[in-house]
Amino acid sequence: MNAEAGTNAKAMSLIVTKGSLDWAYPPFILATTAAAMGLNVSMFFTFYGLTLLKKKLDLQVTTLGNPAMQMPMMGMHMGMPNIVSAIPGADAAASAMMKNLIKKKGVASIEELRDMAVESEVKMIACQMTMDLFEYEMDDLIDGPELGGAATYIEDASGAQINLFI
Amino acid sequence: MADQVLDTKGLNCPLPILKAKKALNDMATGATLEILATDPGAVKDFEAFCRTTGNELVESTEEDKIFRFVIRRAA
Repeated sequence: MNAEAGTNAKAMSLIVTKGSLDWAYPPFILATTAAAMGLNVSMFFTFYGLTLLKKKLDLQVTTLGNPAMQMPMMGMHMGMPNIVSAIPGADAAASAMMKNLIKKKGVASIEELRDMAVESEVKMIACQMTMDLFEYEMDDLIDGPELGGAATYIEDASGAQINLFI
Repeated sequence: MADQVLDTKGLNCPLPILKAKKALNDMATGATLEILATDPGAVKDFEAFCRTTGNELVESTEEDKIFRFVIRRAA
């Protein structure tokens, strides 16, 4: 519970299902901002989203199946056709390129946003089923998350004005 | 003159808001925080932030692509 949010405070819940560098942004940006605006925030990490709670993050983007990915390059935008992802190292290169842009444009890193989410008392729930399925231990995760399942999420969501599936 | 100045120039969404909130947390009720930013999105975002949190947006100006906000901390 956000220390500053009273019992009448608004609330937001998010289901975080994706663990790639690009998809990690929306949930952490919205969670930290909502907490800063006084909302009680609950994040439910399931399937690939669960990996965003691992102690050491090494997030990647893939060019596969993403026709909208266009990297700014020498004043133009370079598309990334699917075939590019078959070249060894293509995803690593795209990830490095995106991390460079992130730094250059003053965009927060996911680690930074995650630290701020923990600091602002965003409730983080690690999906128990996903932990079992992919064989993760609590020791693999940062301090802060608690374990829970669908019912835990529904309880939080039923009292929230904003519920997002990302 | 604001009680405290926060420089978020070069930082992108949502960092100016998050850093402003952090600074406001440590300030007394009624104290003012001046924020400098280069993110054009910060203009609408600080308006929304203040409407939602009850803090008062005293000033919002722009000069040479630097945005300047003054927020008075609510109770």
